[in-house]
Amino acid sequence: MSNDSTQFTRLPETAAEREDEGRATREEVLDFWSDRFGVPPETFENHTFWERGAGKIWVYRGDPPSPVDVEGLGMTFLRTRQEHWKPTLEAVQRFGEHASTNVMHLSEGEAAAFVSGYDQELDWDGDWGYLVVTHDLAGRTEPIGVGLYVYGELRSQVPKGRRRDLDT
Amino acid sequence: MEPIERYRPIVDDFEAFRAACDRPLPSAIRVNTIKATVEEATEALDEAGVAYEPVDWHDLLFVLPEDSPGANWPYFHGWIHGQEEVSAVPATVLDPQPGERVWDACAAPGTKTTQLAALMDDEGEVVATDNNLGRISALRTNSERLGATSVAVTHEDGRNHSLKPFGGETYDRTLVDVPCSCEGTIRKNRDAFDDWSLSHVEGIAGVQKGILTRAVQATDPGGTVVYSTCTFAPEENEGVLDHVLGDEACELVDYDLGMTHREGITEWEDEEFDPSVAKAKRIYPHHNDTGGFFCAKLEVTG
Repeated sequence: MSNDSTQFTRLPETAAEREDEGRATREEVLDFWSDRFGVPPETFENHTFWERGAGKIWVYRGDPPSPVDVEGLGMTFLRTRQEHWKPTLEAVQRFGEHASTNVMHLSEGEAAAFVSGYDQELDWDGDWGYLVVTHDLAGRTEPIGVGLYVYGELRSQVPKGRRRDLDT
Repeated sequence: MEPIERYRPIVDDFEAFRAACDRPLPSAIRVNTIKATVEEATEALDEAGVAYEPVDWHDLLFVLPEDSPGANWPYFHGWIHGQEEVSAVPATVLDPQPGERVWDACAAPGTKTTQLAALMDDEGEVVATDNNLGRISALRTNSERLGATSVAVTHEDGRNHSLKPFGGETYDRTLVDVPCSCEGTIRKNRDAFDDWSLSHVEGIAGVQKGILTRAVQATDPGGTVVYSTCTFAPEENEGVLDHVLGDEACELVDYDLGMTHREGITEWEDEEFDPSVAKAKRIYPHHNDTGGFFCAKLEVTG
């Protein structure tokens, strides 16, 4: 019942081990999270990274032999093979608590608008590009998802299927 | 005769059982410890104005008397997940440990799969199998929202589960929560009995035997297999255990469960089952104000 579209290939450790020129390496993925968001590489020391389809990177807790012919391997994590790499909402919710740079904190109203899918004009003196967006929940700072900050505007990147009206 | 009448001989206080089957079931949630503690999740429910009541036998379960889970912050963040009380029984009984390899043989939509991953602190490997692509999509969505990175999903019939994608490795534990006639879900699914027929029960029992057989074969000697259904039909419960006990290297073992329950039955109509099936547990709606359920714990001996 399976076919090639279900094939997961493990990312090479470094560029020296890379066979597919377009494929990201584990080292590059760790550098991206560290350079862009300040997430320490050791956060992922027990995880493996896999590509299925061009540029769709998954993070998995197990360590099966590559390639793996299955329907899912952990969670979707990152889009590569485009000018700016883009983390998924799931990855940011799961690992974004370790982020220390390019993190935008929203008020309750702003957070609700973000989850509904609205773009908002907000002040931000950091880098443009993809940000980890957070809010306060139950006494802690919790990552909600990914925003794109350009031209004075935070653009919600919450996928349509995940959008919710959470006004309280 | 309506199907439920066939259980008059085996259910104590049958009229209370019938009455409970007619009452709707309140929503319940499980706290997802991959993402939050019970204290954080309940505080977030307080902030969202959602009422919740604890469940006496399980620290992570709460009944929502007024709301259904879904449109609130803790749900959006994957801190909570909708799960009926009885549906939390089999993964709790399987008791997987961090770092183990576990197979969930009939996994979609992933409520029990993600419970397994949470019990393992998301450390190890949960191979989640289902034969329906639409339901696999729900399984993937749920495990992503709950932040489970240890779940691998395979699309196949559990009866023919292949160990090849993972290098032939067998499992420490296996959960076999099989497709069934779903009689025990009557409180939330009013048409559960509409298509009931004995031939459907007998047909699905054949599938259940095949999946449980494969589960025992794919689990290491000394490993644990938990078999569960949400139905009362002995053909799908004790009858399936009796069949697999006769053919495969396994035995039923005792376990504790903090909910009122009854032993598995050793006789049904003109059949007698292996006496050890009494170690299985039957959960009836009128005893704990829940859905109906059946759960057995096996140890692989071969």
